[in-house]
Amino acid sequence: MTAPDRTLRIANGQGFWGDSVDAPLRLVEEGPLDYLTLDYLAEVTMSILQKQRRRDPRAGYAGDFVDLIRRILPTLRKKGIRVVANAGGVNADGCRAALVEVAREQGAAGLRIGTVTGDDILDRLDELVAAGVPFANLDDGRPFSQIRSEVLSANVYISSFPGAAALKQGAHIVVTGRSTDPGLVVAPLIAEYGWAADAWDLLAAGTVAGHVLECGAQATGGNFSRWWEVSGWDRLGYPIAEVAPDGTFVVTKHDGTGGLVTVDTIAEQLVYEMGDPSRYITPDCIADFTSIRLAQEGLDRVRVFGIRGGPATDTFKVSISYLEGYKAVGQLTVSGPDAKAKASICAEAIWGRLARAGVTFEQTLTELVGVDACHGPITRDTAVPGEVVLRVAVKDRQRAKVDRFGKELAPLVTTGPPGVTGFAGGRPKATEVLGYWPTLIPKSLVTPRVVVEEVRK
Amino acid sequence: MKRIALYRMAHARSGDKGDGSNVGVLAYDDRGYAILRAWLTPERVKDHFGEIVRGRVDRYDLPNLLGLNFILHDSLGGGGSGSLKTDAQGKTHGMALLRMMVEVPDDYEPVRVGAHGAVAAEGEL
Repeated sequence: MTAPDRTLRIANGQGFWGDSVDAPLRLVEEGPLDYLTLDYLAEVTMSILQKQRRRDPRAGYAGDFVDLIRRILPTLRKKGIRVVANAGGVNADGCRAALVEVAREQGAAGLRIGTVTGDDILDRLDELVAAGVPFANLDDGRPFSQIRSEVLSANVYISSFPGAAALKQGAHIVVTGRSTDPGLVVAPLIAEYGWAADAWDLLAAGTVAGHVLECGAQATGGNFSRWWEVSGWDRLGYPIAEVAPDGTFVVTKHDGTGGLVTVDTIAEQLVYEMGDPSRYITPDCIADFTSIRLAQEGLDRVRVFGIRGGPATDTFKVSISYLEGYKAVGQLTVSGPDAKAKASICAEAIWGRLARAGVTFEQTLTELVGVDACHGPITRDTAVPGEVVLRVAVKDRQRAKVDRFGKELAPLVTTGPPGVTGFAGGRPKATEVLGYWPTLIPKSLVTPRVVVEEVRK
Repeated sequence: MKRIALYRMAHARSGDKGDGSNVGVLAYDDRGYAILRAWLTPERVKDHFGEIVRGRVDRYDLPNLLGLNFILHDSLGGGGSGSLKTDAQGKTHGMALLRMMVEVPDDYEPVRVGAHGAVAAEGEL
């Protein structure tokens, strides 16, 4: 196979909000790059951002992104690297305003910042319900009326074409609201290669590239089953896709970085968070992951090809969050001898004392960390720990009950079996539980809005 | 027949899918994949996870990757931020499945793989 005469190097430097703050910096500095993508949004992130915006109308986006751009803008401009990020949250316009400010500080006149909005339908919910959109729960069919009064956020996963439009209008940085994670990679491919809205195989190939990249270092050695083959944990390279106009691509990382890119690290990332592999549904297409072929092309270079796709559906997915109740989690450390038996007595004492006080909960949990917290019955009987952490938790719609639970841990230090310690940080406090409600909306009812603003002197 | 740990025949990754999790299992060689297609039934996988999986188990095959993808329904104790569990997103479910013992023919030895020359460790289970 002859090498294509043109490829785009697209990297992802942020797999989730909270990922390494230095990874994007290293990606733009340690090797060649055309596009940097950054993923900041998880299902429940939008409700947190809605809450921030209610307190401050200028907030509601990923502030970390603005801090990052402040650090890397000189390098982006010097090397001509463009950025696509879903950092807009529920206030992409506010994010753009903050970025314009940063650009002015640095004298970056002429820089163009684009935003894609229209995904936030929180204020349109009543109108849309009146228009006949049921918003029934996609997983179990429950009616929307069950949670309508508790809704905190509602966002549509929009397609990659509005982001591509912003790039075609010359944007150097594109900030979206709730776009899909793989779509951050698809947008530049549409913009640069002119892929059509019905080029299903190409859009599927771009989607697969985006899926491989979307969790950052999980493609390059992070979370890899054969961890003993990974070296350079302190300087893992983040993944780069070199995508050709025909949709074939090579996954790699910058020379000299840690980690590894092999057929096995890529295959593991392909099956991450996978449902039906033959129907990976995005706003752009349906990708068939059973068509993907992988080949090791060289050291830390894996070629991905053969990808097929099918027509997109006529609905967008909607992510709605709502207030479900409250929870609290607490823990005590129990030393041996007989750590397991003594920790179990502590747990029985906690639940028994609460029951005697007349306090019961919608849901409780008892875990012995070191015994069965992760793998339950698979390790429960065989584990012989020198010490264990007792972890107890409750969930309920009544906040007062959850706070009452928090008062029942510290007494165990003097009223339980010997060797109980590790009670620190005060009483566990009730925190909000945010429910996630996936649903659908007809595409015809959503109108994305693209704005590109040029920074003036 | 003899029994060996799945850890020596395959690698895996897991994550959350709503209020459930998925586990993608990838065999190291064609023969191992044929063995696993027969052995790793949804029933056996559900049985292995015991009380962790409260719903049903679905399986999808990806022969192109020597892969089997399992959906473990209702395995996180609630979705969103509602789970009380340490592993609220099923991140460790892949490692949990690799602890399963698999019945294989006496003459089957798992391929020892490693792009950088390393061999598969015996691994403590």
